[in-house]
Amino acid sequence: MSLPIAPKTSPRRFHQASWDEPIVFELSTPGERGIAITPVEPAVRDAVGDIVADLPKHMRRPEPPALPEIAQMRVLKHYLRLSQENLGSDLNVDIGQGTCTIKYSPKINDQLIEVPQLRSIHPAQDPADTQGALEMIWRLERLMAEISGMDAVSLASPGGSAGIWTNIAMIRAYHESRGEGEQRDEVITTIFSHPSNAAAAKVAGYKIVTVYPDADGYPDLGALKAALSERTAAIMVTNPEDTGIYNPAIKEWVDAAHEVGALASYDQANAAGILGITRARDAGFDVCQFNLHKTFAAPHGSGGPGAAANAVSAALEPFLPGPRVQQVDGRFVVREPGELSIGHVAPAHGVILHVVRAYAWIMSLGAEGMLTASQIAVLNNNYLLKRVLEIPGASAPYATGRRRIEQVRYSWQELFEETGISSEEIGIRMADYGFHYWTSHHPYIVPQPFTLEPTECYSKAELDEYVAALAQVAREAREDPELVRTAPHNQTVHHTHHDDLDDPERWAITWRAYQRKHFGVVRADAVDALAGAAAS
Amino acid sequence: MIGLVVNPVAGVGGPAGLAGSDGADVQRLALARGAHFRAQERATIALRVLASRHPSLEIATAAGAMGEDAVRAAGLQARVVYASGARAVAPRTGGRPRTGEDPADAPVLGDPPVLGRADASEPGTSASDTSAAVAALAAAGASLILVAGGDGTLRDAAAGLADAAATTPENLPDSSPPRHSDADSGEDLRSSGQQPAVLGIPSGVKMYSPVFAVSPRVAGALAAEWIDGTLPTAEREVLDVDEEGMRHARVHPVLYGMLRVPFRVGRTQSRKAATPVSEAAAVAAAARGVVKRMLPGIRYLLGPGSTTAEVARQLGIRKSPLGVDVILDGRQLLAAASEEQLLAEVAQGPAQAVVTVIGGQGFLLGRGNQQLSASVIRVLGDDPLMVVAPEQKLIDLHGRPLIVETGDADLDARLAGHIRIVTGVGTASLYAVAAPDLAP
Amino acid sequence: MKDAVTEAFVHPYIPNTAPAVKQAMLDAVGAESVEDFYADVPEDLRLRRPLNVPAPLPAEQDLARHVKGILAANRSTEERLSFLGAGTYNHYVPAVVDEVIRRSEFLTAYAGEPYEDHGRFQALFEYQSLMAELLAMDVVNVPTYDGYQAAATGLAMAGRLTGRRRVLALSDVLPEKLSKVIDYVRANLDIEHIATTGGVADVDALAAALDDGVAAVWVETPSFTGAVETQLSEIADAAHAAGAVVVVGTDPVGYGVLTPPALQGADIVTGDIQSLGLHQWFGGAHAGFIAVHDDPRFVMELPSRLFGLESTTVPGEYGFGDVAYERTSFAQREEGKEWVGTAAALWGIAAGVYLSLMGPEGMREHGELLLARTRYAQHRLASIPGIRLGDDALHLREFTICLDGISAGDAVSALRREGIEPGVVVDESTLLVCVTDTTSATDIDRLADALAAVATSKEESK
Repeated sequence: MSLPIAPKTSPRRFHQASWDEPIVFELSTPGERGIAITPVEPAVRDAVGDIVADLPKHMRRPEPPALPEIAQMRVLKHYLRLSQENLGSDLNVDIGQGTCTIKYSPKINDQLIEVPQLRSIHPAQDPADTQGALEMIWRLERLMAEISGMDAVSLASPGGSAGIWTNIAMIRAYHESRGEGEQRDEVITTIFSHPSNAAAAKVAGYKIVTVYPDADGYPDLGALKAALSERTAAIMVTNPEDTGIYNPAIKEWVDAAHEVGALASYDQANAAGILGITRARDAGFDVCQFNLHKTFAAPHGSGGPGAAANAVSAALEPFLPGPRVQQVDGRFVVREPGELSIGHVAPAHGVILHVVRAYAWIMSLGAEGMLTASQIAVLNNNYLLKRVLEIPGASAPYATGRRRIEQVRYSWQELFEETGISSEEIGIRMADYGFHYWTSHHPYIVPQPFTLEPTECYSKAELDEYVAALAQVAREAREDPELVRTAPHNQTVHHTHHDDLDDPERWAITWRAYQRKHFGVVRADAVDALAGAAAS
Repeated sequence: MIGLVVNPVAGVGGPAGLAGSDGADVQRLALARGAHFRAQERATIALRVLASRHPSLEIATAAGAMGEDAVRAAGLQARVVYASGARAVAPRTGGRPRTGEDPADAPVLGDPPVLGRADASEPGTSASDTSAAVAALAAAGASLILVAGGDGTLRDAAAGLADAAATTPENLPDSSPPRHSDADSGEDLRSSGQQPAVLGIPSGVKMYSPVFAVSPRVAGALAAEWIDGTLPTAEREVLDVDEEGMRHARVHPVLYGMLRVPFRVGRTQSRKAATPVSEAAAVAAAARGVVKRMLPGIRYLLGPGSTTAEVARQLGIRKSPLGVDVILDGRQLLAAASEEQLLAEVAQGPAQAVVTVIGGQGFLLGRGNQQLSASVIRVLGDDPLMVVAPEQKLIDLHGRPLIVETGDADLDARLAGHIRIVTGVGTASLYAVAAPDLAP
Repeated sequence: MKDAVTEAFVHPYIPNTAPAVKQAMLDAVGAESVEDFYADVPEDLRLRRPLNVPAPLPAEQDLARHVKGILAANRSTEERLSFLGAGTYNHYVPAVVDEVIRRSEFLTAYAGEPYEDHGRFQALFEYQSLMAELLAMDVVNVPTYDGYQAAATGLAMAGRLTGRRRVLALSDVLPEKLSKVIDYVRANLDIEHIATTGGVADVDALAAALDDGVAAVWVETPSFTGAVETQLSEIADAAHAAGAVVVVGTDPVGYGVLTPPALQGADIVTGDIQSLGLHQWFGGAHAGFIAVHDDPRFVMELPSRLFGLESTTVPGEYGFGDVAYERTSFAQREEGKEWVGTAAALWGIAAGVYLSLMGPEGMREHGELLLARTRYAQHRLASIPGIRLGDDALHLREFTICLDGISAGDAVSALRREGIEPGVVVDESTLLVCVTDTTSATDIDRLADALAAVATSKEESK
């Protein structure tokens, strides 16, 4: 009716963008073009004739691909509408994606890389023309060496799990070089470690032994010692673990591994709370990897690209993947990896976009800034812990009464027993208030889990806002469980079925498969799915 | 169709300070102390949650206090398929205990007339109302049977199902979503040859069996999802403990059978990491790990449990989940061997016991394991046990150690510490083993 | 050590350095200082000194100046005439592609549900679908790291499917790619090379080498040298007869006009999408695809996420979810399905936008342009005395030339002095030359003239 306006509610009355946008193929109109292609020049045509007609018949595509035909503006509109239907960290208080370390991704870093001098250079160009890129790599390697305390660094791995693979591949090569490759066929990891540690070790040919924490959630040194033997190639651990618990006996763990001749590999995905506090080298680790898109604030890109920094002790340096950048007489040169190297793990030098972003983040903060970032991330996390535990039905299993580092794995078990509403259902309802929420890796060790990681990037007011929404949803679970169970209500779409997703007869991974299975529309170039399949 | 059976005396002993509710004396004592029949209340709570999602649902059940009352109290339709004759009303003081009997107990009264098939052919079990009611529900075509009670009640339920159809080791847990259009259309499961699933509504005092929902409300929520046709099931152990022993602070659970129990899979897609393994696949993978490790010339004593049953199945051997079989070079030498037979076998050459984790309490070897006794284990040497289990069994221990209690304190002390558990061909877990005098 | 938090150190990226707020938070949790939180870190593991890194540049303009200063030393391919390929290609990137992936809604999204992150699910489902049309296969994964990983995983899948160890590699493989693939698969697979003939697969040698121990027959087309495999159907027939899986590593850029491998018997088609709308980025922007037919046995071996279409409670709404998330019912082997990690989703979105803009006509014209310019360049260079083509095969986009009178390295040095990158040195006398939509006929002429000059001058100096 008239001013003043009533105060805003808490939580806010969020509604996600919702365009009800068709699938891009449905926008197709025959004859429309999204972009024109530079034509074949007359000189070329004169010289080569009709190049397509000259192809052997079987090499000429029999039918054009059924790509959509859409004019340019409509393509742009389609994708921009889809872009609105996301909840990235630039838009929400993204503390619900525990272990992902969703920091503020500084816009200046995105702008600094969008220059032809980075975007439009080729790795095989004259090194004299790419000194800037090579210098960036060299500088970030030095910085990561100092941050980790290790002797040598590679920025070649294109993701966190890719970095874990690089760790175990180097460890394998190390033992083989010493004639112990066959003997050492086991890797030890913990139940709270990221599944990629065990998975990568399996690909490398290792048997996996998983050790469990003690009753209070702390890694159990006795269990580790019982697992170690002369068959152990490495221990692969994370510290702090996804529960936010720091292992005070981490040095003893590393020593125990070394005593049997095994190496110690450190998954530093959870480094955001300990930069400048404690380093891999000081605990005696042999190899480690950091995630540039986590701790070092590179953006997550809807699921990639990512990048890792692998840091190793001097003994492992010969095994680093190539190519290597060295500084010789003030110039930066590229050397192919040596005899002992595991070779190339990815194209060229790695994800240079994230290398520059990470470099810029470190240079903006410096030593004091990185230390402060860690300290505030930890302060934020412990503040959040206190506030979340005020919500009836929420608990933080393990390490009762002790502080956590940068994240906590909580449990809604009490609320679940009381109401029958699960953690996943609560997470889906949180989205109706404009927040994300992540439960846990599988397997769920903490029952009805949710993992929150506030980082240093969100203000106290934002943390309070998140907690208010959590408390609201917990209240709804008690007072109006149907509302929570049937969520979401304010999203781009409503509750999605999932039965078809597990049924081979019905699942639709692509539009053409969907049309074939559910409308009987078969493409002219369809091949019988089972013909030619060679698997027995 | 959903079925419900309530054990009206379940939970009697607990709040009154007595362990369990078996035994007429205990029931009398409990009532004298003012005990309250919880099972009815808890069943009603579960059904109310179910009713909020499926308001006009019809539930197949047993008459009166054995389920009909709870169904009506929740505002749903009751379809009575079983009445226990003279026992159709709330339990009286005195009279025969309703739960399955310990062989040492003599019945006070003769067996009451019941509908459904009575089975007195198996020594040690008598046809209780719970068993008969469950059998009747299975025969009526219930696809999921809710059972309100404790371990003893669920043990009777398992017995009732065993009556309704033979349980064979080949009936492996099927973890794909059941095709549930039959839930409402009335089509029953007899034609598919599949046993109904069972879910315990926790109302007893002893609930060692991992067949219970974590609370009555959750049981109701699971039942509602069952009707929506979206829940997979897994085989779970039915355990019971000797109450006499428990009352004197000694617990050793015994495996009585297996039930197919529904569980809930996550609804969300926020997966950054690798795919989880379904329970059935995890059991199969763990079993493959054992098969891969088996050496020629070694006798393997395969203990009770579903995972060891799977090992046998992969070897082409039919094994009951309750007994101990002797395997040599992939052949079954002995099935359901007695302690004497095992001692004779292990005297003939190197041997190892293959055991799995029993139930949510984490027993590896307990006094309930008559055959794999301390005498047998002692003879097996320095590395007597190969333990096999899917990872989830260890996770479900929530940090409690595994337990060995053979009756020989020295042997227990030797086995305590940490032990490797085979979880797959290339994977093992290391877990703490304890040998307490008293159970946790 | 001084506690930085209690000093007035405020940084724009760290809101709770505002002194009053951080004190309130410390008070709320009952902590004296943040030191309390590190109680579990043993003293002898504490770094009690500042990290030895350069002085920071918290002022944004100082940071920008510093970074720009370093990058200014680079000279892009806009300033050089580049014929460099070998896995990273200088194709034109439409403005709309950059516009879309620059959106921070896509750039900063990550792992939300298909409710609040519906947009990225739809964008990636569309990417999968567009690639499916190009490749003529019904199943395409959410992107993995790059084409190297995709090939390695494709071969690993073949190993798991067949339970066998041998892999017959029939094509010339980019050395860096081969290095990655070998290290990745060697615990389970042994890669054997069958030497190419005329730049392409030796089908007779393949027949002799096949037996029931072969898990996969691996073909790269275009190969490292840009040669297109024209005998894929014969290869596939032989492989299938022996129970082996046909794994192809390819570049999708030509399939607007060329026959896709799936129509010639390929079972697992892998490759990289850098050519579909990604800049060169110093070789740091890649994304890998793995495509299979809609056969559950193959689908269940994929370690990637697969986004599928689903209905919702409201008719007409498009919902999304993970297909076959518990990929276990069909588990054939205990070895496990590798892993899924943060890989390359944004590049998948870019490629989807690219293919939407190009449409069938654009891809056909593009393919024709590449074939024509490749042939033209081959023709121009081969007609230079002292230069001959590496082989007679059909080439797409790249080809090798062999230099008689001058070493490849010297040729490169000479042409660099003129602002031309003539190609990647393969060995002493061989150069890998790449032409794309960004190298015009005039550019190719300039390359030919420059090469002719150095070949001639060397001739004369003999």
